[in-house]
Amino acid sequence: MSTMAVPEVAVAPVDEGFWTRTRKAGAVLLALGLLGAVLFGTLATDQQARFTLSEDAAGAALEVNGTLGAILFGVVTIAAGAGVLAGLPKRWFTLVLGVGLVAFVLSFLCWQVSAAPAGQNFMPLVNIIRGTFILALPLIFGALAGVLCERSGVVNVAIEGQLLMGAFSGALFGSISGNVWVGLVAAAVGGAFISLLLAVFAIRYLVDQVVMGIVLNLLAVGVTGFLYERLMQTDAQRYNSAPRFSNWEIPLLSDIPVLGPALFRGNIFLYLGLLLVLVIHIALFRTRWGLRTRSVGEHPTAADTLGVRVLGVRYRNVLLAGLVAGIGGASYTLALYSFTKNMIGGKGFIALAALIFGRWSPTGALLAALFFGFADQLATYLGAINSVIPSQFLAMLPYLATILAVAGLVGKVRAPAADGKPYIKG
Amino acid sequence: MTNPNPPSGSPDKEPATEAQAAQNTLGNTERAESATTPTQPAPDRKPSLGQLFLDNLWAANTFTVTLLSLVLAAIVGAVLMIISDPDVLATYSYITARPSDAINSSWTLVSEAYGNLFKGSVFDPDAVGFQAAMSPISETLTYTAPLVFTGLSVALAFRGGLFNIGAQGQATMGVILAALAGFLLPLPPGLHLLVAVLAGALGGAIWGFIPGILKARTGAHEVINTIMLNYIAVYFLTWLILQRGVQDPNRTDAISRPVDASAQLPRLFGDNLRAHAGILLAILATWAVAWLLNRSTLGFELRAVGANPDAARTAGISVTRTYVLIMVFAGVLAGLGGSNMVLGTTASALTPLVVAQIGFDGILVALLGRVKPWGVALAALLFGALQAGGNRMQSYSGISLELVTVLQALIVIFIAAPALVKAIFQLRAARAARLQTSLAKGW
Repeated sequence: MSTMAVPEVAVAPVDEGFWTRTRKAGAVLLALGLLGAVLFGTLATDQQARFTLSEDAAGAALEVNGTLGAILFGVVTIAAGAGVLAGLPKRWFTLVLGVGLVAFVLSFLCWQVSAAPAGQNFMPLVNIIRGTFILALPLIFGALAGVLCERSGVVNVAIEGQLLMGAFSGALFGSISGNVWVGLVAAAVGGAFISLLLAVFAIRYLVDQVVMGIVLNLLAVGVTGFLYERLMQTDAQRYNSAPRFSNWEIPLLSDIPVLGPALFRGNIFLYLGLLLVLVIHIALFRTRWGLRTRSVGEHPTAADTLGVRVLGVRYRNVLLAGLVAGIGGASYTLALYSFTKNMIGGKGFIALAALIFGRWSPTGALLAALFFGFADQLATYLGAINSVIPSQFLAMLPYLATILAVAGLVGKVRAPAADGKPYIKG
Repeated sequence: MTNPNPPSGSPDKEPATEAQAAQNTLGNTERAESATTPTQPAPDRKPSLGQLFLDNLWAANTFTVTLLSLVLAAIVGAVLMIISDPDVLATYSYITARPSDAINSSWTLVSEAYGNLFKGSVFDPDAVGFQAAMSPISETLTYTAPLVFTGLSVALAFRGGLFNIGAQGQATMGVILAALAGFLLPLPPGLHLLVAVLAGALGGAIWGFIPGILKARTGAHEVINTIMLNYIAVYFLTWLILQRGVQDPNRTDAISRPVDASAQLPRLFGDNLRAHAGILLAILATWAVAWLLNRSTLGFELRAVGANPDAARTAGISVTRTYVLIMVFAGVLAGLGGSNMVLGTTASALTPLVVAQIGFDGILVALLGRVKPWGVALAALLFGALQAGGNRMQSYSGISLELVTVLQALIVIFIAAPALVKAIFQLRAARAARLQTSLAKGW
């Protein structure tokens, strides 16, 4: 059909010269380190910056003098940058880059925590970690839905709509039945409903997948908003009071210091999300289904020649994606809040960013989602200590990071080759 | 129908057989149009005009499919209304015993709602006096103006082979700069308005330039980047509103100082009706875009790049330059749409929600308008009418305004899949098939 693939040929052949990608990364790291050591070091106060291993100021803590810490970690970043610039062996690159970036964040935190109003010079690590995971949860589910879809060659911009529909139908049917498990199943089906529309229109009717995704998002906002006003607002008791999953403590694991209380006393969605990352990772790279999915996403013609039912695989994967995203939506309404209009509020698009930033792999998506969740949690924390950093700029971070990633500044980001291209057997 | 990237053994398959191409009326769209009109075998005898009309009436042409899509959307909307109304739904529990109850109550509910939709957007028969009679039209035009701009923005990029999801962000930057120029610059009337409008265009242009240059230089996909830039713009707006000098000094909530009267678009039908000069600008913009696309060198290059970038490059057109220009122009249009939101009558100060949904609605408008300038203008008029009528429907019939969003999304879904509409209504294949609005492409 008149597919209009705009191939990446618009790329001017980059003459890399001296500034290879590695060297650029090193230079950026060096600059960040200088920023940390000089600026954060000057702005930090002599207060002790305490990182407590609990939920409040009490208990054991890692302490460091604010100024000293900011400068010290800044210097670590400088060292990492210098190392990269000087030409470390390739296999250490990722590690050194990671250390450099973490040290930069720590330098920043030393400044912020030490400059907080008196009596608030502490950062409760348990809260921060727990918050990071809670905020990352919808992103993890959403990004996994994206992985399932896009690895089989269907662009999923409708993550937002799938999450929203999942949250809505989880709340609605959970409330009507009074049973969380019914709610959970309904949420998955709700997400799959949006997926079904995406699949039918993208695969059967060859509608542009990005267009369809955008339109489905609007449809989901409209339908849930409409039914919310008609049903849930008029009779919240009956339609919008879903039971919630309680927290489950995992024996033994929940006794680990810091991580135990932060992670292993959570609700079913946290465990399910992490488990799904593992399952999908293994399934994608170690099973027959995974191989087929990837081949359909990379080169459907070849897969078809070998007898893989291309469209069948795509239908199945898109529907699976809907189930996963629907459960992600339920992680709001069956655990935390009651349903409100447009409650996903753009998380679906951050999930899309996490998918791209994580280079279309489940584990990459998990890490990206955690990074974005951390940025989100940090914004809350900085707001609480009256930081000079506006929370809006932290909120921009995921989006900026993604732009930098696709622009090729953080490494090569490449989508599955047939992503978004309809397959017509011919 | 050239395959843009043949060496990679791409999965883009051309329809293998003529039969399939014929059966699929969604054959070729923009390409067919930029190519010559489809050659038709010379008819033996000339059919009369009336016969042609009847032939085309039930064929899958643009007009019929659009109309039937509206009908389908309205039907689904009616179903939603009925199933969400407990009283009406209750009558269905004894439908076998007394079907008239169910039918009557459903009919009352739906006809009243759609009646109000009409009265709020086109004409209210009960209205007395010029002002009351003009009020629905005025409301419709007020909502139409910004949608024309964002719709044109998306359509223009589409024609150049780019998918501009960033109209929302570009409009946001437009609204910011237009408002800043509107209350920070002490300028005489007239000049002030001009500067504010241009500032809005500049804001959009900057926000369009970024994905354009990234696409041209690094190949970064514009869909991803424009989505991300949308959110960056929103957060920038929410931050900016709270800054000193911008925030209204008499308010504690997130609202900026109001735009000076000298920078506001004049009203068209007197002080009590909201229609403002933005709609005239919108018509002007539609004409300008139509001229640009069909009559200018740039427009030709743009369409060539959109049709086949490789061929365009071979012909000596700079694809990278064209990409950047397309996005800048798209940004200018969306930015103008943004300035409409704050210099017109919808709002006169910045708030976090001042842009509403005009960018995303613009995508729908562009698709509904078949990515042609005047088509976009008509589609914007329809969406503006739905919006205006939706307000009345909400206040008079108690049907949530969200129904309008549902209707808009459904209309575009049906438009985008003409094969579905064709199958539902058993339409004949159209003579000149140019129905497909989709430009399937990957990341």
